[in-house]
Amino acid sequence: MNRFSYARPGSVEDALREVSSNPAAKFIAGGTNLVDLMKYNVERPTHLVDVTRLPGLKEIGEAGEGGLRIGALVSNTAAAYDERVKERYPLLSSAILAGASAQLRNSATMGGNLLQRTRCYYFYDDATPCNKRAPGSGCPAKEGVNRIHAILGTSEHCIATHPSDMAVALAALEAVVKVAGPNGERSIPLADFHRLPGNMPEKDTNLHGDEIILAIELPEPRFAKNYTYLKLRDRLSYAFALVSVAAAMEMDGDKVVEARIALGGVAHKPWRLPEAEELLRGKVPERALFEAVAERILDGAKGYGHNDFKIDLARRAVIRALSQAAAGTPQSQVDKRIQ
Amino acid sequence: MADLELPLRQGFAPDAGPAQGPGPLPDEIPITLTINGERRALHVRPWTTLLDLLREDLSLYGTKKGCDHGQCGACTVLLDGERINSCLALAVMKDGCEVTTIEGLAGPDGTLHPMQEAFIEHDAFQCGYCTPGQICSAVALVKEGHATSRAEIREHMSGNLCRCGAYTNIVDAIEDVLAKEAAK
Ligand SMILES: Cc1cc2nc3c(=O)[nH]c(=O)nc-3n(C[C@H](O)[C@H](O)[C@H](O)COP(=O)(O)OP(=O)(O)OC[C@H]3O[C@@H](n4cnc5c(N)ncnc54)[C@H](O)[C@@H]3O)c2cc1C
Ligand code: SF4
Ligand code: FES
Ligand code: FES
Repeated sequence: MNRFSYARPGSVEDALREVSSNPAAKFIAGGTNLVDLMKYNVERPTHLVDVTRLPGLKEIGEAGEGGLRIGALVSNTAAAYDERVKERYPLLSSAILAGASAQLRNSATMGGNLLQRTRCYYFYDDATPCNKRAPGSGCPAKEGVNRIHAILGTSEHCIATHPSDMAVALAALEAVVKVAGPNGERSIPLADFHRLPGNMPEKDTNLHGDEIILAIELPEPRFAKNYTYLKLRDRLSYAFALVSVAAAMEMDGDKVVEARIALGGVAHKPWRLPEAEELLRGKVPERALFEAVAERILDGAKGYGHNDFKIDLARRAVIRALSQAAAGTPQSQVDKRIQ
Repeated sequence: MADLELPLRQGFAPDAGPAQGPGPLPDEIPITLTINGERRALHVRPWTTLLDLLREDLSLYGTKKGCDHGQCGACTVLLDGERINSCLALAVMKDGCEVTTIEGLAGPDGTLHPMQEAFIEHDAFQCGYCTPGQICSAVALVKEGHATSRAEIREHMSGNLCRCGAYTNIVDAIEDVLAKEAAK
């Protein structure tokens, strides 16, 4: 770890000032990603601004039109077990509980979870090149060890995935990220929050370095009955997703009114393809349809060698997740047998 | 395509030891922590983790350093009653909090905590390295109340690895304590 100074501001304004006056300053919340990366010299902030004591960011409260606002500093545990979240957004609760461990979820915050960085091995190893860590140095993952890497939306500059489970559910639920910066507040729809790598893989998100996340807002709940979060990984718990699928349907009788499908572990951001979701609109859900949807989503997917298996895995996971959602039998995050 | 081999870790900087320059060494920051019931006024550098503070400065060696990266659970302690990985927590950020380590679970007269008793009873360890973290984690699991079945215990204990593979007996011990709690 490099040396750094520490500040614990008492207001959002002071926190913003601390960070805007020093480009090498960073916010710290749970620390479960930032401290880890600092120990590997991947992140080297010279000043840490502790946001954990800022007033008003630890609450869960009603938002307009039946929505819910979850403060940026609410712990992953508190969000997952909150009665309103469990009842109205069980998909979110399930995705959070599929991630990390009980200990980590106690420290991890909503804002920090969204901003956690890729687990690409080369990104973590400062002895190797990596365009995300050291822009312009190259991407050894493309021809190297890439079992955990992306199959959709990659660029020649980076094939990393975003590792969050929570963000995948938030993408399916069309959450909005509320942020504040030197020029006031703004809202970023989750779909626009994370970026594709393009020719700037060092930028994971569209949040500016001098902006702070205040809260995540969820719209009116519509997917509390027919949903699932299916996470496939190398061990049954405490491991990042190779592929995950958040699927949700709003039903009218036996017909789908609207479907949402977001994939994790396959791209630099939670992956959604609205035109594939459209295939389900007004239809009676059945396997042939799910297969067509999966084909459409994976159309154009590209493997890099070790991760070729993800294309078929993702296709099957989409089909299974849609079956679980349609049947109203969400994947248990305890009993990992896939029904 | 390259052979399947993990990237080399050349030039990898070990975590322990004082943080490297540039810049002046920031002052130590005064904080207060209640550790195992005792209020302590301390001075810490910003980069000192709670784990390093406990082990290196306070000689509380019960809490173990396994991976130092949140991947094993050996460093699990209770912070204001909740289990956390002390290796990823900066001590300075925990100013004013209560910390309970494995040393603080037994009663003042040395009576072991029921979870400690159960671990002994069920032979729930071999080398013992993961045990303090397992026990702190298990104590929190009981308090959280989300796990009752064996499958739930396993899921909620997944943040604590045991390289000796004492898992079956660990689950037995926790199940035993849960059953005794339920019978109360
Ligand atoms: C062993 C291990 C296993 C894991 N497994 C999983 C898993 O399976 N699934 C999963 O989804 N995650 C997993 N995680 C990741 C974990 O979820 C994240 O580390 C955690 O959510 C980050 O939250 P934090 O509050 O600790 O963030 P921090 O580490 O404090 O911060 C992360 C980043 O966010 C910034 N930041 C934090 N809060 C704000 C804010 N309010 N405004 C602006 N910037 C902010 C910080 O500057 C930093 O850049 C795992 C982590 C570990 C160590
Ligand atoms: S995939 Fe992205 S993060 Fe990984 S080495 Fe390539 S540029 Fe770096
Ligand atoms: S030492 Fe903290 S989790 Fe391994
Ligand atoms: S008893 Fe040896 S690691 Fe668990």
